[in-house]
Amino acid sequence: MNVVVFIIVFLVLALVAVVSGALVFVIDSMARATYALAISFVAVGGALVLFGLTYPGVITILMMIMEMAIMAVFMIMFMGMNPALIPMSMVHGQRPALVASAGLFVLLVVGILLAPWPQHPHAAPARARQLGQALMGDKMLVMMTISPVMFATIVAGVVLASHRTRYDRFGDDLDRRVASDPQPGGVGR
Amino acid sequence: MTDAASAVLSVVLTVVVLGVGGLCAAAFGGVLAGPSVRHGLTLPLAETARLLRQRRRSAPGADLLLWRIAGAGLVLVPLLMLAVVPLGPPPVLDSAVGVVWFNTADVAVWALVWLLGWGANATFALVGAFRFLASALAYELPLMFALTAPAVAAHSLRVTDIVAAQAGLPYVVWMPLAFVVLLVGVAGFSVWGSLGPAAGPDLAGGVLGELSGPDRWLALTGRYLLLVAGSVFTAALFLGGGAGPLLPSWCWLLVKSAVLVAALVVLRNRLVLLRPDRFMEIGWLILLPAALLQLLVVSLLVTVGGWS
Repeated sequence: MNVVVFIIVFLVLALVAVVSGALVFVIDSMARATYALAISFVAVGGALVLFGLTYPGVITILMMIMEMAIMAVFMIMFMGMNPALIPMSMVHGQRPALVASAGLFVLLVVGILLAPWPQHPHAAPARARQLGQALMGDKMLVMMTISPVMFATIVAGVVLASHRTRYDRFGDDLDRRVASDPQPGGVGR
Repeated sequence: MTDAASAVLSVVLTVVVLGVGGLCAAAFGGVLAGPSVRHGLTLPLAETARLLRQRRRSAPGADLLLWRIAGAGLVLVPLLMLAVVPLGPPPVLDSAVGVVWFNTADVAVWALVWLLGWGANATFALVGAFRFLASALAYELPLMFALTAPAVAAHSLRVTDIVAAQAGLPYVVWMPLAFVVLLVGVAGFSVWGSLGPAAGPDLAGGVLGELSGPDRWLALTGRYLLLVAGSVFTAALFLGGGAGPLLPSWCWLLVKSAVLVAALVVLRNRLVLLRPDRFMEIGWLILLPAALLQLLVVSLLVTVGGWS
């Protein structure tokens, strides 16, 4: 792609990402704030695609739209809000939040400026591989072990947190054939 | 033919296939609904004329911006879906991650249908919106795994490659479960038939209930276009795309897609409406294991049996 076109597309995507990200804090509607954030993430995904990272870019867009759709449900469920009647501020704890985000921004910018970026375009894949090796290389076994443990922890957490257990559903001797659930399921159990 | 000309041809063809396909699907639905064939055939055009002239109305405090974005998006998303499918000439966007692209477009429907219900500022519409998300949680994961089966077999996420890999045997022959699961997903994201309780009559139309005029036309059209785009994509992924004897390849793809669309239109009101609380269990206890089992079989056949 032409360098000028590349830069223009990147600037447009970056602008959309930053502006819609900032709108999240300005808008007084929960739904609009949620989807402003979604647009911001879509623009970031678009920038990844622009850099040739097609798969991570498209997956970012997919995951973020899905997450925002679900997040809107939870936000409205816990904060009960009507688009017209209760405009509400989307910010709280402003001072710590500003300090934290400004600090993070400075940290990232310093990192970008100080990092020894590869000068030659063909050096980039080798550098990416080095990064991958440094991050994961000799820790692969640890990661492989941790992931099932983490998954088991999630399942155990859900089981412990659930107030209805299999004894409520299938009786004290677990001999009830059809579970007694407050919501009947769809497969005739 | 130059690159630019062929790109323009692809774009025009995509729009025409989608538009004509949606119109035919709506007309067929009209014929099935009765009372006469003539009435049914003219129904889409008559409805279009009626809705485009109808005055818009909205409840006080409706979030018009989000509401209108939702309606327009439902027409845009099917175009994005079809952009990666070869309809004869090369696709508009011959993406190396075409399958994921389609998946992303169908996830965008989550946001759009929810916004359609939210923007109206009406109770039934909002209930419909939440119903859709609940249904989506049940159909989306099986759909994702169903999409991976052809990609595994073709060693590619590019739709063109997947179509080419089926030159010998269409994937539906050895991936029937994934095919069915994907069709259920198509019905799901089109808010169609059994999976349409988000727009159900028990909610006075749900997410569609408050819509009027051009807004209603956009949403109804978007639903038919989603149905068509999903069917064409399914035909490309499982029915061998344009492969077939005698007829040219674009013709075969249209015939196969038309059969799928017709089947979905015929089944529309002939199956029981599945409330999300019921469909949730069907999705997670039947469709998801079926899709995973299919994926296991396909992976084994590809790696051990050397199929492709």
